[in-house]
Amino acid sequence: MKNKIYASVDEIVADVPDGASILFGGFGGAGFPNNLIRAIARKGTRNLTAISNNCGSGENELGILFKNKQIRKVHASFPGPTANYFQECYAAGEIELELMAQGVLCERLRAQAAGLPAFFTTVGVGTEVARGKEERVIGGKRCILETALGADFAFVKAWKADRIGNLVYRKAARNFNPLMAAAAKTTIVEVDEIVEVGALDPEVIITPSIFVDRMVRVKGR
Amino acid sequence: MPKERLTREQIAERAAQELPDGAYVNLGFGIPNLMSNYVLADKTIYFHSENGILGMGPRAKAGEEDYDLVDAMKMPVTVIPGAAFFNQAEAHTMTRGGHLDVAVLGAFQVSEKGDIANWKVPGAKGSGGIGGAMDIAVGALRLIVCMEHNAKDGAPKVVKECSYPLTAIECVKTVITDLAVLDVTPQGLVLREVAPGFTPAEVQECTGAKLLVRGSVPEMKLGGPLG
Repeated sequence: MKNKIYASVDEIVADVPDGASILFGGFGGAGFPNNLIRAIARKGTRNLTAISNNCGSGENELGILFKNKQIRKVHASFPGPTANYFQECYAAGEIELELMAQGVLCERLRAQAAGLPAFFTTVGVGTEVARGKEERVIGGKRCILETALGADFAFVKAWKADRIGNLVYRKAARNFNPLMAAAAKTTIVEVDEIVEVGALDPEVIITPSIFVDRMVRVKGR
Repeated sequence: MPKERLTREQIAERAAQELPDGAYVNLGFGIPNLMSNYVLADKTIYFHSENGILGMGPRAKAGEEDYDLVDAMKMPVTVIPGAAFFNQAEAHTMTRGGHLDVAVLGAFQVSEKGDIANWKVPGAKGSGGIGGAMDIAVGALRLIVCMEHNAKDGAPKVVKECSYPLTAIECVKTVITDLAVLDVTPQGLVLREVAPGFTPAEVQECTGAKLLVRGSVPEMKLGGPLG
C-alpha cells in the first residue's frame, strides 16, 4: 500500500513546480498550513496561483509568499486588513486578482470536488462580481452562473490523521480545509498527530482518506 | 443645547432588542459586533460565525485564548452549551440558504429599495475585500443594517439609489441608525421610531430618500441593563 506519510515539509512539497496552482486552507489566523507555506517560501517556487480566503497577515500565513514575490495570480474573498505584502504587490500591478463572495468561493471548490462544472447563485446579482457572467431567472429569482474552481495542489492543516489520511480538524481551524482537500489533484496535509488506522472513530472523520495524498507531521502553527 | 444622536453602543443596544429569544443570528463587523453585549440575560441567541461556529459565546478572557477558536474578526472567542463546529461551506449553507433568522450588517449606504453597499468605498486604495457579506445579505431571513445616519461629511447614508458598489440588492428589511429605526416596505421607507428628542421632520432632513410617516412616531427606548 502506498505510504502517504513524508518525513519533512521540505520533502513533501519538493515537486511543486513553478506555475502551480495551490488551494490554501485557513481563516482568521486559524487552520493555515503555515509549515507548508514556509517550505514553499524556502523552496522559492515562483509564478504561483493562490486560492485562499485571506492574503496573509504581515509575513505570516500567505504573507511571506507575497513578500518573496512568489505569487502571480490570486482568487480570494477577503485579502484582509493586515495583508500588507499582498497589497504592495497588488498596488504595483504585479498580481492578477479575482475577488469573490466567500460562500461562492466555498461552492466553487465544492463544485470542483463534486464534478459539477458550474452552478447558478443569487449571490452577487446586481453587483460588480456579476460583470460578464451569464444571468438567468430561475424560480423567479435572478441568478448568475459561477464555475467550479480547483487547483493542482491543496495545502491543508489538520489536527489528527490516521496513517491512511482520514482527517479530523480542531474547532474553527476546520474552515476551508475540508473543501480544499477535496478540490485539488494532489492534497498535501500538515497535521499535529498521526494515529494508527482504526484509532479514529469513523463517525467523527471529517475528511475521508480518499481525498488525501500526502501527510507530514508538524509541530507548532 | 444641541440634541445628541445615539452613540454606536446605543445603536447596538436598540438593534439587540430586535433579536427574538432562540434566534440564529450573524453579526457583521462594526456596530453589529457590539450587539452581543446587549442581549438580555433571559434570551438565548445562537450566534453564527462564517468560519464555522454556531453558538458563539463572549470573547475569551485574557490567558484563556484558543487561537483555533476565533470569530470572523480573528478574535479568540468561546462557545456556549449547544454549540457546533462545521466547515465554511456549511456555514454559508446557513447564510445563503435562508437558515439565519436575523443577520445584522454595517453599511456605507442603504437605498429605499433595500439595496446595501458595504464592501468597498469608491476610489479607495487597495484591493478591498468581500468576505461573507454578499452571502449573508442575500440569504438572511431578516437583514438589519446598523450604521450612522450620516457620513462624517454629513452626506445621508440612507439614499434613493446607492452610489457605492453594491453588496446585494433588495434585501435590507430594517435600518437602525443614530437617528431612527426604518423599515423597508414595498411602499417605501417607513419611519418606525426616532431617537429621543428628534422629530420625524428632523430625521427626514438628514435622509436622502422619502420617509413615510404613519401616525405618531414613538421614540426609541434605551437604557437597558448596560445602557
